[in-house]
Formats: sequence, C-alpha cells, structure tokens
Amino acid sequence: MTEQEQRLILELGNNFPLTSRPFREIGKRVGMSEEAVIAKVKEYLEKGIIRRLSVALRQQHVGFTANAMVVWRVPPERVEEVGKKLASFPEVTHCYERLPTPEWPYNLYTMIHRPRREECWEIIRKLSSAVGVKDFLVLFSTQELKRSNPQYFTERGEEGE
Amino acid sequence: MPGKKAVLTDTDRRLLAALQKGFSPVPEPFRELAAQVGMTEEALIARLRELKEMGVIRRLGAIIDSRKIGYTGTLCALAVPPERIPEVAEVINSYPEVTHNYVREHETYNVWFTILAPSHERINQILQEIKEKTGITQFLNLPARRIFKIRVNFDLEGSHDRAGTAPDPGAGE
Repeated sequence: MTEQEQRLILELGNNFPLTSRPFREIGKRVGMSEEAVIAKVKEYLEKGIIRRLSVALRQQHVGFTANAMVVWRVPPERVEEVGKKLASFPEVTHCYERLPTPEWPYNLYTMIHRPRREECWEIIRKLSSAVGVKDFLVLFSTQELKRSNPQYFTERGEEGE
Repeated sequence: MPGKKAVLTDTDRRLLAALQKGFSPVPEPFRELAAQVGMTEEALIARLRELKEMGVIRRLGAIIDSRKIGYTGTLCALAVPPERIPEVAEVINSYPEVTHNYVREHETYNVWFTILAPSHERINQILQEIKEKTGITQFLNLPARRIFKIRVNFDLEGSHDRAGTAPDPGAGE
C-alpha cells in the first residue's frame, strides 16, 4: 500500500468530512481527484478492505446499556456448527472463535447489546437451547474504561484519542 | 460527554437507522440519504454534525477491515484487585493500540481489553509492558482464531427480533 493510499484510508475511516461533497474534500487533502477517490472506495469495498460506508454509534446513547459477553465452551468438533448458528441470530453482534487456554477453557465468544440485562438473559437462554450448549459464562460490563477508534498507520503513541 | 444519554427524535432514529445500513460512494452521498429520510441535505448534514458532537455518533465514514490492511488483534483479560482498577486502567489505556477496555463481572478476570496492532510482536510487547508496569501476572491473551460475525448495528426503530436489519458491518476488532 502506497503512502497516499494509507492517507486515503485514514481520511476515509477517521476523518470523513460532513460536507456535501465529502470525496472531493478528501481528494483535496490527499492530492487526488473526486473521481479517483470514489473509484478507490469502490475498489476497497469490492476487496473488503472497506466493509461499508456507515456509522458507529455509542451504544449507551442509543439506549443499549447492557453489554454481555458470553463465553461458550463447545466441543472442538462442534465449534464450526455452533459458531455459525450463534452468528445467525440478529441479536448477536459479534461471534468469534478463540483458542482456549488451560485456565480459560472457553472457545466461542458472542456479544449481546440490549437496553436491559433481563433482555440479554432472555436471548442467552434462547441461544443456549438453540445450540444445546449449557457450559457458558456471562460477563456483563459494569464500566467502560476506554472505547476509541482504531489508529492505523500512525507512529506509535503519536496520535492519541 | 460519553455516559450521558442523549435524547433522540424519531427523525434521528430514522436517519441513524438508514446510515447504519450504509451510504454509497457517490459524489453527494448525503443528498441520497436525505431523500430516503425525508430531510433536506443541509438539514441532514447539520444534524449529523450535532449528533457527532453529542457523542451519539462515535465515527462516521469507512468501516475498515483491519485484518485486510495487515493489522492483527487480540482480546486480553487481567485479574485486577478492584481498588487498583483506575490506576491499572490508566496504564492499559495509555496505548493507542488498546481500542476497548471494560470492567466486567467475573470473580477473577475483571478487566477486559482489546489490542489492535500491526504485528503479534507489538501485541506481545504491549502485554509485557503492561505486566511489568502494573505487576499483575494473572492474565489471559485470547487471539481470535476465526470470525463468524462482526456487526454493530443497533435496532433503532423498534422490534427487537429484527435488530439492525442488514446482516453486517461494524468497527471490528
């Protein structure tokens, strides 16, 4: 990736202008035409480098204050099937497989955001019976210590929040 | 600013729901969006600026797949004595590579954070430094092996069972 492409990705991801012609504005910043920027964005969307042009909301502000991380212990031969099944529920926002460790035997991780804990529990019970896995832990968050945008292509520590 | 709940109007919810589904790489993307929501482009852009200022919008623009540009991430947990959480959090949060950090209810592992960095070496270096600076030795490092789903759309317009609508994106770790 060239330096110009890196700058383009930074502008698109972390510094998107709220103006009528945002791609023209970004083009000015990185020395490209509006058409060239739009062509690059389409290319990145196709390659999956950009997942989409969208918005990330602060969930507390939109009322989703209960945040449950559910960690599941699934037999290795069932990880794929159970992971896909859990991911298929619209209430599950994230579903990852992670390698277990001797002190932490859980291998599937799902996130659920809801306005209230009881609603999270309702969903968790539904998920558990859908996949037939009873060995799981629910870790609700009680405090947000940090939530920031990823910092790409920056010198370490140079660019903070 | 974060932490306080904002008051969203019905129009805001429609606007954010439409925005969550994504906008197009066209010269005037907000004009298109405004037509969908039934606002003028000027009013929509002005409201987006306010929602960003209020902290409702954390980020707007391209949602990047960090792995596709060579970044790698992990989830870590530390066992921190509750009275030491603020001080330990300061050490952890001082790294720009730490993108999320939460206190979670668990009898042992109560501080959970994610690291996103250009290499495993850098991740290991950060973890080593955190351990040295805090003296906390009980920790978990749980890199992802496979991602089944990343999607952080919220259902803003009602019915729980249809959350967010489109099957998709997010600011993935």
